[in-house]
Order: sequence, then structure tokens, then C-alpha cells
Amino acid sequence: MKYLEVRNLRKSFGDLVVLKDISLKVEEGQVVAIIGPSGSGKSTLLRCATMLETMDSGELIYLGEHAVRTGQDGRAVLAPPQQLKRIQNYYGLVFQNFNLFPHYSVLKNVTDALITVQKKSRPEALSIGRGLLQKMALADKEDAYPYQLSGGQQQRVSIARALALNPKVLFFDEPTSALDPELIGEILEVIKDLAAERMTMVIVTHEITFARDVADHVIFIDGGVIVEEGPPEEVIGNPQNERTRAFLRRFEG
Amino acid sequence: MELSVLLLKLTEGMWISTKIFLLTLLFSLPLGLFVAFGRMARNPFVMNLVKLYISIMRGTPLVLQLMVVYYGPYFIFKLSTPDRFLAVIIGFVLNYAAYFAEIYRGGIESIERGQYEAAQVLGYNKAQTFVKIIFPQVVKRILPAVTNEVITLVKDTSLAFVISVSEMFTLAKAIASAQRSVLPYVVAGIFYYVFNFLVALAMEWGENRLAYFR
Repeated sequence: MKYLEVRNLRKSFGDLVVLKDISLKVEEGQVVAIIGPSGSGKSTLLRCATMLETMDSGELIYLGEHAVRTGQDGRAVLAPPQQLKRIQNYYGLVFQNFNLFPHYSVLKNVTDALITVQKKSRPEALSIGRGLLQKMALADKEDAYPYQLSGGQQQRVSIARALALNPKVLFFDEPTSALDPELIGEILEVIKDLAAERMTMVIVTHEITFARDVADHVIFIDGGVIVEEGPPEEVIGNPQNERTRAFLRRFEG
Repeated sequence: MELSVLLLKLTEGMWISTKIFLLTLLFSLPLGLFVAFGRMARNPFVMNLVKLYISIMRGTPLVLQLMVVYYGPYFIFKLSTPDRFLAVIIGFVLNYAAYFAEIYRGGIESIERGQYEAAQVLGYNKAQTFVKIIFPQVVKRILPAVTNEVITLVKDTSLAFVISVSEMFTLAKAIASAQRSVLPYVVAGIFYYVFNFLVALAMEWGENRLAYFR
């Protein structure tokens, strides 16, 4: 089943065209890595897909439901609020800078949306939250506050927070870019574990080796268009486009 | 005059000063938040109107504002003059709400956009986002600035004398000239100092209460 589909997405900031006609599909259980140089538009794509930015035109479809469609005048039209609310439940997002709530303990960061948004009972929320913290090897940190944790631990809390709402698709926006080099590995391991559990994920990343190892499908974006896409062994292992080659050359050591 | 008699006479003034202080905070702290929302409104008419209000409140003396509130109804609208104490409270609340509004605004605007985005993606609505996620962080950040205003307010209560509300300082002045003594002023000084000492203690307690996060 198609969990996510983007059709003909266009996005500009003022006169600057950031995304020109992007279309992509994500199937259930698929892991899609989006790579590309800085300023290529890959983060904007992810922000449009999670509706943190409104697209200028195009369609955004989760599990067959339109969150955004193109209206008669060619501009993007949002689904009615009730429907949008339901669709927002289909996805979660892990930020580059974690964006944990500093005034909430680790456990409350993970459980508060379950109680406030999904109206789950407190005991149920706590049990879900503790289960996820266990999975993230943070069981002993549930009473800590974000500032007391390392960057890697904070990012694992934010992954637990996103997973708590049981999303169908989980987005990662450069999840290791704000981390010290020695902490990157633990986050990549967590994402690999999720991939092994067939979690559907879309990952914007600079970690090319990681993208090759974990993704089923790699999309290379440059200048606001998809330059090349396909299985990692092709896009990363044997790129056909000169721009892809030039980009990947910088990662060869 | 015996010190005990003097203190007794001044007690009534202290109580009025304290009432001005408490009522001003009670109304201006919430009102300031709404003024801050108006100041940040996308609607340019609302935003500019609130901006003008803040600019007048901050740009003219509080003494003058109290006189306008008290004498204005008669001189401008030919209405009867309001109750003196009520006029003082209205004047103080309008003035302090403007200052608090700018403090709130600074605090709200200092919260990273990522906090709103995280709340949005998790499904919090706008009200939940503000009340649960943003406001507690704002309170922590603005507390030192609010402390400054609150301490100024304690001393500003003495300005109620311009419309003859017999708060602490008005009484002290009256007694001092009748008795040809500086003692009432000394007592008044001690009163304000002790009051502010307690205010500072309370605010420090508040800051410590919020020290559990960064």
C-alpha cells in the first residue's frame, strides 16, 4: 500500500524557486533516503510533506487521503481541518535539533501528546512511554530533563516521542547533523533497528554510507529537482548523472 | 508623637499602598498578556492601535495618567469624577499592563520556532501549544524582567498622592509637616525597603521553582 505520495510539488520563497515539480511515492515498509547538497531543497521537501510549510501547488496524499490538492486556480488547497487532523496522525517527524520540550521530563516529553492529543489514559500513556524508553535504552532516564542528556540521548528521546503516537510514516530531518561525531553511530543504529522492524521512513541525511546501508530507495535532489533516484546500489553505487557523481565524489575518502 | 502612635497612623496608609500593589498586579499581569497578543497581531489595525497605546503609556508620566483617569471623565465628558481609589487602580493597571506586555512579547518571541513546530507535528492545537509548551518557558525567561517592574511598582504606589488617595507616602508627608519631624519619612523608607525585600524574596523563590529546567 502507498503510505505517502507527493505529486508535482512546487515551492518558492518569494522569487526563489526551491522545489520544482517534485513527485515521489513511499510504499508501506519502505525506507527512503533523500540526499543532496545544502540548499538543494531536500529539507524543504520534508517540511512540505509534514505540512510545516505550505506548498505552492501540488498534491500530498497519505494512505490515499488528500492532505493537499491543487485547486481550480492551480494553487494548493488544504483538506478540511477535521480531515487534516486525522492525516497528521499518520506521520511523525524527528528534527535535526531534537526540539524536545525543555520543561518536561523525558517521560513527559514522550507521553504528553498521547494524553493531550490522543486522549489516552495516563496509565496507558505511561506504559507506552516506558516501553519506548526501554527500547531506546533510556529506561533509567525517564525523570531526567533534556538539558541533562547528551545530544544522542536527546535525539533518542525525540525518536521515542515521535514513535509514541504510532505514526505510519516517520520522517527524519538530518537526525545526526547536530550531534558530535562519536554520538552519530547510536542514532544510526536506532534507525537501522526501526528499518529492520519494517517501519516506513523518509530520511533526509548527509550520511551517504548509512543511506546506502539502510535505504531501499535513494532520491538525489539538486537545484529543487529529483536528479536521480532508485535503489542505493544504483544511485550511490553506480550513479548515472554527472551531478550525482560530482556530489558523491566529495564523500569518497 | 510616640513611635507607636505614628506607626498606627501609618498602618492605614500601608494597607492602601499594599492594596494598590496587589490589585495592580492581579489585573495588569493577565491584561498585559492580552496586550502582548494584540501587539503581535497579524491584523495591522489591531497591532498599530496596541502599539500606540503602549507608546503613550510608556511615553508619558504615570502621575499625568492618573490625573487623566481621575479628572478626565469630568473635563472631557462632563461626567462625575470616579472614586479616587478606583481611578488609581485603573491608571496603574493600564500603565503596568503596557510594560508587562512588552516583557511578555520579548519572552514569547524568544522561544525557538522549533518548539512550535514540534508541538504542531505532535498534533497539539494552538491553545494547547501556547498554554502547555510555550508559556511555561516564557515565564521562566521573563521572571527577572518582571521582578524589576514589580519592585518599581512598590515604589510607584506613592504616586497615588496626586489624586489625594491617602496611601503610605501621602500620610507620611502630612504627618511630617504637621509634626515638623522627619521620622515619618524614615518609617516610610523602611516600609518600602522591607516591602521590596519581601518581593525580591518571593521572586527569587519563583526563579528557584523554575530552575529545574533550562
